[in-house]
Amino acid sequence: MKKTLTLLLSAGLVATATQAFSSPKQDLEKFRTYFEQRFPGIELNEFGNGPYALDASKRLQWESMEEFPPYEEYVDKGREIWETPFKNGKSFASCFGKDPSKVRVKYPHWDSKTQQVVTLEGDINKCLKANGEKPFGWKKGKIAHLGAYLGYEARGQKTNVVIPNDPKALQAYEEGKHFFYAKRGQLNIACADCHVYYSGQRIRGNTLSAALGHTTHFPVFRAKWAKKGKGDGLGTLHRRYGGCNKQVRARPFKAQGKEYRNLEFFHTYMSNGLEINAPGYRE
Amino acid sequence: MTKITQRLGGATTVLALCAGLVFSAQASADDLAAGKKIAFDRKKGNCLACHQIAGGKLAGTIAPPLISMKARFPDKAKLRAQIWDSTVANPNSIMPPMGRHKILTEKEIDLVTDFIYSL
Ligand code: HEC
Ligand code: HEC
Repeated sequence: MKKTLTLLLSAGLVATATQAFSSPKQDLEKFRTYFEQRFPGIELNEFGNGPYALDASKRLQWESMEEFPPYEEYVDKGREIWETPFKNGKSFASCFGKDPSKVRVKYPHWDSKTQQVVTLEGDINKCLKANGEKPFGWKKGKIAHLGAYLGYEARGQKTNVVIPNDPKALQAYEEGKHFFYAKRGQLNIACADCHVYYSGQRIRGNTLSAALGHTTHFPVFRAKWAKKGKGDGLGTLHRRYGGCNKQVRARPFKAQGKEYRNLEFFHTYMSNGLEINAPGYRE
Repeated sequence: MTKITQRLGGATTVLALCAGLVFSAQASADDLAAGKKIAFDRKKGNCLACHQIAGGKLAGTIAPPLISMKARFPDKAKLRAQIWDSTVANPNSIMPPMGRHKILTEKEIDLVTDFIYSL
């Protein structure tokens, strides 16, 4: 089974390797225009509300949930984590700066020193380790609480990912882009199939969100993730990536591994200019 | 919907319906029920994720409704081929290649084809 999946995965990658090269800026323009034409009249920032921007019947229920959002207690927990000193007396501010509202908008970014994409979660755990603390798990729990707080503090600021004109950075971006458009898994479906070409349509009972605006509201609270054995409802972007990979019966990659970090680089860049509205609530 | 109506040329419909009567006599009621089960099962065909099919609940809106299949596929082998590997007709198809990727067994594809053909 494992072998077949690997084979299928590589087949998917080959299929998209023939895509013509275009600059990130050109990609962004095309991407934006595609959704503007597909969903005329929907305001840019609305796309950050995922399926609820596109499905009026689901929207009402969602709006009532957002009045007393279940993620609020996690924003508070995140604030506590931010404020609580480490054993050495320092705190997260020693790594991220004193102003918690200025953190989220810096991620993801290209780090020219280590030649890789750096994410908020990556830097949270780096900070913990540098201060002799135990790192958090990658997908849920404390890392998501802190992410929710930093996202909440950054609400209203615009996504602003920079792809530097450095061949290695462009390569990471291209890899993320290929990942997004490649057919994958036993079911042979690309992210783009569900979240670009059929966005707004229903797959069984689920309305497919547009990939534009996908990253603005993470970490996200999902009712589905608030069940016994799944955690407290809050999860990171890479947790969602893993879930969407599993849906097409592909082997998920490791959260914060190179594949998902590069995907996040491309995926977040595509939402440049959209306001951060984290954390979000989803069914 | 309009697409389908357009494809249903009058003469072809009559022809296909006659052919259909002959064909459907071949699949037993049990086989049709088995095919339906596989088609609707989320862990098997999960055709309802994308297609509307008579008798199925909570169908998706991604793909054309599966109705009047004999008119659209007078040749049953072509219908089976579409289910076996949707990417032959459309390389970018979102529809999973049920046979090529071994999502369903050959026997299961026969049963699903009989069921879909009866619609
Ligand atoms: C077979 C269909 C399918 C594929 C393929 C798929 N997804 Fe999804 N995805 C869904 C569904 C259904 C949901 C839940 C409804 C929604 O928000 O779109 C979802 C949700 C998401 C969300 C959360 C959106 C939100 O507003 O909270 C993100 C982000 C996402 N997908 C990214 C991806 C990425 C990246 C890939 C490829 C690695 C991918 N998806 C592949 C079906 C799919
Ligand atoms: C993830 C979506 C998806 C699933 C699951 C799916 N299909 Fe499809 N199917 C499509 C799409 C989209 C088309 C339209 C042609 C294309 O784009 O390939 C299609 C086309 C077809 C056609 C051709 C219709 C015509 O008139 O040309 C048949 C027959 C068909 N599907 C049968 C099935 C059967 C049977 C199953 C389940 C065993 C199934 N499909 C599962 C998406 C899907």
